Amino acid sequence: MTPRNRFRWRVMRVLALCRWLRGGTVRALRLGAAAASSAPPSQDSVTVEVLDHLERLALVDFRDAEGVERLREAVRFAERLREVNTEGIEPLDSVLEDRCLYLREDDVTEGNCTAELLKNAREKVEEYFVAPPGNIPLPELEERDTFLKGS
Amino acid sequence: MPPVCWKFIKLHENLAPWVPVVGLEIHAQITSNSKLFSGSQVQFAAPPNSLVSFFDASLPGTLPVLNRRCVEAAVMTGLALNCTINKKSLFDRKHYFYADLPAGYQITQQRVPIAVNGSLSYSLCIDNKMSQMVTKTVRIKQIQLEQDSGKSLHDDARSQTLVDLNRAGVGLMEVVMEPDMCCGEEAAAAVRELQLILQTLGSSQAIMAEGQLRVDANVSVHHPGEPYGVRTEVKNINSIRFLTKAVDYEIQRQIKELENGGTVVNETRAFDSKLGCTVPMRDKEGKQDYRFMPEPNLPPLILYDAKSLPANVNHQQVVNIDWIHERLPDLPSVKRAKLVELYGILPEHSFTLVNEDGLMEFFEDVVKRTQMKPKKVIGWILSDLLSHLKQHSLTANESPISSFLLADLLNLLENGDISSSAAKQVFEELWKGEGKTPLEIVKEKQLELIQDQEELEQICQAVIDEREKEVMAIKEGNKKVINKLIGLVRKATRGRANPLLVKQILEKKLSE
Repeated sequence: MTPRNRFRWRVMRVLALCRWLRGGTVRALRLGAAAASSAPPSQDSVTVEVLDHLERLALVDFRDAEGVERLREAVRFAERLREVNTEGIEPLDSVLEDRCLYLREDDVTEGNCTAELLKNAREKVEEYFVAPPGNIPLPELEERDTFLKGS
Repeated sequence: MPPVCWKFIKLHENLAPWVPVVGLEIHAQITSNSKLFSGSQVQFAAPPNSLVSFFDASLPGTLPVLNRRCVEAAVMTGLALNCTINKKSLFDRKHYFYADLPAGYQITQQRVPIAVNGSLSYSLCIDNKMSQMVTKTVRIKQIQLEQDSGKSLHDDARSQTLVDLNRAGVGLMEVVMEPDMCCGEEAAAAVRELQLILQTLGSSQAIMAEGQLRVDANVSVHHPGEPYGVRTEVKNINSIRFLTKAVDYEIQRQIKELENGGTVVNETRAFDSKLGCTVPMRDKEGKQDYRFMPEPNLPPLILYDAKSLPANVNHQQVVNIDWIHERLPDLPSVKRAKLVELYGILPEHSFTLVNEDGLMEFFEDVVKRTQMKPKKVIGWILSDLLSHLKQHSLTANESPISSFLLADLLNLLENGDISSSAAKQVFEELWKGEGKTPLEIVKEKQLELIQDQEELEQICQAVIDEREKEVMAIKEGNKKVINKLIGLVRKATRGRANPLLVKQILEKKLSE
């Protein structure tokens, strides 16, 4: 991936995160509120509750203050985009929007590689992958050994 | 405001009426050779993990490639359900963790799906009689393309789950219906009609038993005029019959809970078919946050119509909505209307013909081969044939009596060679499937109508002579007793006498 594309990729990811922080609405670059050119409230949005929620949803581990600060930096970085006036402009969802979505013919061209796929499995039973009986949710904040407890 | 269900008004006449609200989310597996985003095969019941590509197993470095057939299937279904087809639709990622979702997200169309704002019309009978049918409509909110997940087999004994990814990545159409229904019966009728439409289009075989059609019901109740109540989601419904039971049970459960001063919790419940009730599902960790985000690996899906079709483009890369529209087959509602018009049968009859697998073709076959009027043929198809089929759980295609044989039998009846009671006897013989023709059975059992007038007169006279009491009653003015005499003649001739002729002869003799 070229550096330019890597940049675009990172922006896409953080835009998605910002959108999610704002409540999941498709208003990535649109100026809804008056908070357009004022100081981005990134301190407010990245709270302990949000970090705990993210750790639970995405199973990431912020590990220490540096990890959290990196997230804050990323949010600040992306929020600068809101300084741009995008009134009446369609949001950009994909950097591929001017490309044609390739349509494949409905032919069977893959599959039948059970043995190869199962090579990656730590445990298997008669060609099935083995998984724990159900989702094991992350323990609550109080019961977890995490740096977030201190904040 | 959903229509107020007649059933519930009647049941709760003495108390403040409850208005149940039922919405459905239906997942239909697309009939295609390969999966939605990969080239592995779509097949029911194959060795575990044999129909899985590297993309389906979510190995790094793999990318989704959209299957054209799946797009066409979704467009066909959208058009059949009167939807607006979005010429530009987008793909999104829906994130959640589960062992049978290797990528950790499902590619779906949450923001801008392929079709929106449609409607589905369905009919149901009031009062369980087929005589009164009413047509209802449910609005279709949207139809979206999405991936199926793999299958989990829970091994509680060894405390593990076995995962088979054969189904992972298969194309699904999610049909979201607005909460316009108010009871289990309406939900079942709507799903049945959708099933027939999908099967007619060929976009999905929609066999619930094989998991090709999965229905989740959203149920809530409220008092008229008040806002909607808290809703629960009911899953694990494996047949249309169970759908009716599950929805009705849940409505009653919620009403009981609220009338006892309790509250309805916004939760997901599973239908237990053995107990006939819904139970809370354990593995749900509170309200899920799916963190929807645009699928970065797929540009928007652009569809064209006759007007917007670009001039010099590869046809294989283009899906033309108008082209698909022109080639839509006759939908069930159209088939029914044609049956009524062509054959003069009642709407309720056409409903059953289209509803039962293969019955319409069977009926049309018989009508072609017999002189009997369709209105009379339909009686034989719907009462005699269908009741036997149902008793033995057979479809029309599996009937031991073929349309040829039935047509032969009906011709004998129509020509006056046998009486209708004799015909029923022949029908029973034919059902045994011993390979005999109707004519052979008639000869074997000597069921031909007695054509000899003298023979008939003799038998009638014999009955009159035997039954002095009845003869007296008739002569005194009680005309109905003649039916008893006709019955006796029929017994004496073993169903070989034309009842009208017998009545004439008896009346003549008795007036002498």
